[in-house]
Amino acid sequence: MSDLLKFDLLSASIALKNKEFSSLELTNAYFEAIEKTSALGAYLEIIKDHSMNMAKASDKNINNGTSRPLEGLPIGVKDMFCTKDIKTTASSKILENFCPTYESTVTQNLWDDGAVMLGKLSCDEFAMGSSNETAAKGNVVNPWLKNSKMSPGGSSGGSAAAVASRSALAATGTDTGGSIRQPAAFCGVTGLKPTYGRCSRWGIVAFSSSLDQAGPLTRTVSDAALMLNSMAGYDKKDSTSANLEMPDLINYLDKGIKGKKIGIPKEYTQDGISQDIVKFYEKSINWLKESGAEILPVSLPHTKYALPVYYIIAPAEASSNLARYDGVRYGKRNEAASLDEMYEITRGNGFGEEVKRRIMIGTYVLSSGYYDAYYLKAQKVRRLIKEDFDNVFEEVDYILTPSTPTTSFELGQKQDPLTMYLNDIFTVPASLAGLPGISLPIGLDKSGLPIGIQLIANSFDEPGLISTARALERSAEFNFIPDGAAT
Amino acid sequence: MSNKNTIVDIPTVNKIARLSRLDIPEASKQSLTNDLNNILGFVAQLEEVDTSDVKPLASVTGHRLPLRSDEVTDGNIEDLVLKNAPESSSGFFVVPKVIE
Repeated sequence: MSDLLKFDLLSASIALKNKEFSSLELTNAYFEAIEKTSALGAYLEIIKDHSMNMAKASDKNINNGTSRPLEGLPIGVKDMFCTKDIKTTASSKILENFCPTYESTVTQNLWDDGAVMLGKLSCDEFAMGSSNETAAKGNVVNPWLKNSKMSPGGSSGGSAAAVASRSALAATGTDTGGSIRQPAAFCGVTGLKPTYGRCSRWGIVAFSSSLDQAGPLTRTVSDAALMLNSMAGYDKKDSTSANLEMPDLINYLDKGIKGKKIGIPKEYTQDGISQDIVKFYEKSINWLKESGAEILPVSLPHTKYALPVYYIIAPAEASSNLARYDGVRYGKRNEAASLDEMYEITRGNGFGEEVKRRIMIGTYVLSSGYYDAYYLKAQKVRRLIKEDFDNVFEEVDYILTPSTPTTSFELGQKQDPLTMYLNDIFTVPASLAGLPGISLPIGLDKSGLPIGIQLIANSFDEPGLISTARALERSAEFNFIPDGAAT
Repeated sequence: MSNKNTIVDIPTVNKIARLSRLDIPEASKQSLTNDLNNILGFVAQLEEVDTSDVKPLASVTGHRLPLRSDEVTDGNIEDLVLKNAPESSSGFFVVPKVIE
């Protein structure tokens, strides 16, 4: 492996400032890595000239002593973020030629802080999926056990695979029901979904607006802190953006967790959870205990209803958000004699199977006569799920759960949509309640695949989430590198 | 978990497809109907939750939507607005003929 690829985000930022190497050299090393790992299919678009210009500008700033927090650090961007004059497809055929004329707030924040963009990363189509298999251009391959063709998870599968394979120093993701945390768990990287409202949704392709949140996928908890520092912030262009200052997360890395109370919800140990994951869940509980935390059993009684609630609310919001793809203002159009026919053929052709299924479900649950029975009912149970968390956070500071019921599975293995949905069983509840969650790698299962553990915090307690995750990371000492990583 | 009752049939699927403006090929209608029945059967378990005194939750933020004064904040970007349109002419989006 090129020595430069060994640096993580935080250590690379220090090395750049100390002029151990330049951003141009670092960015170049990543383009070589992208080439070596191209068989994984993580990148949809690379923009080398643009990246090199950004790197040169960063080097100038470093030499002038005017470095910004992410100066010169090359990162990848999930294709759900609109990037000005750079193709943004949301992994969908309907947007295959879409070139935004504006930049999303979150990516603009990253460039304003000096980061260098490597390119756009594949994901499930419109972020709908848990295996990256709904991407119009085909799935991404997990760099772990690369010959077995395992799923990187989804929807931020390209982001997780790129970070794990050392073909991006870090990457952005979006999480609606687990789309940052589940692929992070499958690929052995750290994925953080912030509190709803922390990161602006402006310029992110909308899927389910009451749930969508951007966040970082990184190699370490420190890197997640560094990157979220730049991504988050109030934005008046997003009416749900939280007007709340976030403290510098780097200051919370080594605060420790002495005396903190960690809740273990009894509803998260269900049938079908892999034995290796149970084993590492128990290990994690012990590690937290050894670090000085107090462990308490808690109950979130409505947990089993989280997935059914999610699969009403997310498709309902999606069916409304995706109405904008009409072949008129942007995107692909299929010609037809009448306007209605043009809409139908354009959308029928441009959307993939999973997206069409969700639009159909969403339209059905919002349609006259069914709205109360499905949509309104789901919103009511969503409140009960949120109240479960409110109650538990009266007793404990953080909640520890597995990130996923199993480790990664082979691509092409899960054909039934419902079986696929069960992947998000541990990540969806926190999404419905708008809470911040982080998945970090803590070990390998018998076949050598990474296992992720999830910590959930109360709203806007990203600082404490970072301290707790860092304590767990120290104990787990996960430093395995996948066989599919760039060498 | 799968549902034995049929919640939607092919005529209903045709109706939802029409409302969704989605062209669904005949050959895939039966499998789509089955998928929708499985998913709707799965979510139907919410019926067992007593929600008689529960208010629906539409937003987790708890804050009210902010208001701003009704002022023009940008404009004169006709070229940018039309840049990604499949077809445009003289500053307009072009669609198939609507009025005979």
